Amino acid sequence: MNPVDVLDIARWQFGITTVYHFLMVPLTIGLAILVAGMQTAWYRTGNPRYLKMTKFWGKLMLVNFAMGVVTGIVQEFQFGMAWSEYSRFVGDVFGSMLAMEGIVAFFVESTFLGLWIFGWDRLSKGVHLACVWAFSLATVFSAYFILAANSWMQHPVGIEMVDGKPQLTSVWALLTNSTVLAALPHTLFGCFAVAGAFLVGIAAWKIARHHRESAVDNEDRGLWHASMRLGAWVGVVAFAGLAVSGDVQAKLMFSQQPMKMASAEALCHTEQPAGFSVFAYGDVGRPDCESVKSVTVPYLLSYLANGDVTSEVKGVQELLPEYREKYGTHYPDDPRLGELAGEPIDYTPNLPVTYWGFRFMIGFGSVAAAAAAGVLWFTRRGRFPKGRWVGPVALASIATPFLANVFGWIFTEMGRQPFVVVPNPNPSGVDGVWMFTAQAVSSGVSAGEMLTSVIALTAVYGVLAVVEVFLMVRFVRGGVEAVMPAHPPEGDDEDEGSEGKQSDDVLSFAY
Amino acid sequence: MDLSLFWFCVIAFLWLGYLFLEGFDFGVGMLLPILGRDEKQRRVLINTIGPVWDGNEVWLIVAGGSMFAAFPGWYASLLSTAYLPFLLLLLMLIGRGVAFEYRGKVDDPRWRQVWDAVIVVASWVSPMMVGLVLSATVFGLPLNANGDRVGGPLVILTGPTVIGALAVWGFSFLHGAAFLALKTTGDVRERARRFALRFGLPLLLPVVLLLLVAQLTEGSPWTWIPLVIAVVTALAGLARQAMWRDGQAFVLQGIALAGVVVALFGALWPNVLPSTLNPAWSLSISEAAVSDYTLTVVTWVAAFGLPGVLAYQGWTYWVFRKRIGTAHIPPVHAPTGA
Repeated sequence: MNPVDVLDIARWQFGITTVYHFLMVPLTIGLAILVAGMQTAWYRTGNPRYLKMTKFWGKLMLVNFAMGVVTGIVQEFQFGMAWSEYSRFVGDVFGSMLAMEGIVAFFVESTFLGLWIFGWDRLSKGVHLACVWAFSLATVFSAYFILAANSWMQHPVGIEMVDGKPQLTSVWALLTNSTVLAALPHTLFGCFAVAGAFLVGIAAWKIARHHRESAVDNEDRGLWHASMRLGAWVGVVAFAGLAVSGDVQAKLMFSQQPMKMASAEALCHTEQPAGFSVFAYGDVGRPDCESVKSVTVPYLLSYLANGDVTSEVKGVQELLPEYREKYGTHYPDDPRLGELAGEPIDYTPNLPVTYWGFRFMIGFGSVAAAAAAGVLWFTRRGRFPKGRWVGPVALASIATPFLANVFGWIFTEMGRQPFVVVPNPNPSGVDGVWMFTAQAVSSGVSAGEMLTSVIALTAVYGVLAVVEVFLMVRFVRGGVEAVMPAHPPEGDDEDEGSEGKQSDDVLSFAY
Repeated sequence: MDLSLFWFCVIAFLWLGYLFLEGFDFGVGMLLPILGRDEKQRRVLINTIGPVWDGNEVWLIVAGGSMFAAFPGWYASLLSTAYLPFLLLLLMLIGRGVAFEYRGKVDDPRWRQVWDAVIVVASWVSPMMVGLVLSATVFGLPLNANGDRVGGPLVILTGPTVIGALAVWGFSFLHGAAFLALKTTGDVRERARRFALRFGLPLLLPVVLLLLVAQLTEGSPWTWIPLVIAVVTALAGLARQAMWRDGQAFVLQGIALAGVVVALFGALWPNVLPSTLNPAWSLSISEAAVSDYTLTVVTWVAAFGLPGVLAYQGWTYWVFRKRIGTAHIPPVHAPTGA
């Protein structure tokens, strides 16, 4: 088979494995920090409700954490396996970020997670609390390093070109890249949006279930209500943060990757002032836009792009000649590029994907924000809405911030095509470094191998998704009793059975 | 010593750490059906590594990340050339990690049987894949001038690399038994010890074979020293095991492993990945290394980071230092699903 097939399969594989990994990651990051907060509340007040919350939400976090860990190993290795040309090209820059992530974040994360899971009775309460903070903050550091690596691909800084390859000149420039400073808060708010909706959805479902079974004054009702309110507050704050950080990021992106943002709008022609397209029908995939009808908010896009309602926003048609002039009209005549060798370069990203990806990101995010705000209003002072729809709707709402995250990443990664390393247009910055995705794929790997791996990984991931959801549902149904000992002695015992007193030697928790 | 050679040594150290730590993790998994005669005993085995297996596995990720950071060509050529072995390794590690975490979360014998099977298969296959790719980097791969593979997906399978696969597998098997002899009490401990004594020599055979092949084909005169140290300490370890000195036996095995890694990386030097087609296409330490600036950056990170890692991972082993036996295993506590 020819290399183009390898390229397509490798791209699908990266997309599938990375999107899947990023279903677990935001929940892990957001929930780990919330659980650390709950345990801190228990440590400071001694209130058993906070311990129960720590145990219950901590257990769900662990079910999810394991999946994030194992799918993360694939991420570390697939650059070399499937994208060896990319790895060789960016090695001087990109590898150091992965190494730092491993040394600074992953070791802390994995070691202190183990201490936290098994250490409830082995460590003093203070040290045990420090462990939960250690691993949850390590997840944030991990996010920072990997976003710094990704941001460098979106906006290369801190390098000079030596023998046709980027060579690092300032790691500081990499770590303070304007792109990562904008991406990190946006991503972290996205993590909290997910964790907030997770708390709201599950807690509201539990309360609705208690109502339906007309359980009289369920003793855990207060716990669920508190969790739900916490999740809703986290959600509301996270979405405010997402809006602000997203606005900053978008303005940056209009200057750094104008083609991506023109594609986000499927804006074919330059407009001044430019309106924001809310919804379009017709074929947005055609760069000439002849058949597209769009509902627009006048002036809004100009404001989003430049902070000025009357400013000009460039369209795809006007950007294309600029890109061709700067970065060439044809791919190099390199046999490793297969069918693409010597062919014209298509600088337009997949417009339906970028256009709808951007809208679904904002749309699902807004739905989740509205849901969180609604929950705060309708559950004020211990109220809870009646109706059979409440439980299912609560559960379904968990999906919205996940979808917003996924679509945001699909948009930003598809929107930079055909580049894997996007040229930096900043005239005062580093110019002249870019790499086309078609050049990045491993040239020594056969399509058969690539196909084997994408099928195997997708199949395993599919099975594990079912298992994870199955376990989550069991633990949610099981509620607090399933994660707490029957008669908590001091409340710091996890797995003691109901057989009464046991010797001190019995482990408080064991696999 | 220049920084590229220093990072060659750092990466050897990271692989040593990985083989030592996850070596016994794999061994415990391999021994699960052999030493774990009932559910309680199997839980004893799994819980000896419960708090630490994840931290141990990170050594692999950091070894890979450091190869990428310091020698991107090495990382790119080895991983893309050994595509299928790495894929198999990843699939096994995925299954194994999830299995440890999920196996006790449903109280059902069939559920546990499935995850036990995953643990056992993954623990047998993973060290073989690790041994395959590590020995491939020592003995070389058919690479062209660009560092890409010439030939089919299975060119990595040669006599020496198959010996390498068996060597890491055999070492992990024995290492797991020695670890269990050190970390458990009662029946499991006694049988782990007997397993190590009975099968120690045959399990070490591929390791010695690997060392000799590497020495005779790629070695330098000085690499005889770590080779001899490895063989002597491994035998001394078995002798101490026979004397009920579990701790000493385990430590001696660790020293033997260090000898193995030094001998193999010594044989690899001055290359990181030889080409078997043309010596001019081999990736050497100096050519494959990234710029001095980048090496300086990662050196600072490693200089502060790795001692910290050793300290807090060491502390974890101290916290969970007690031997465990069936009496320590609490009853299963999982949601009933009702």
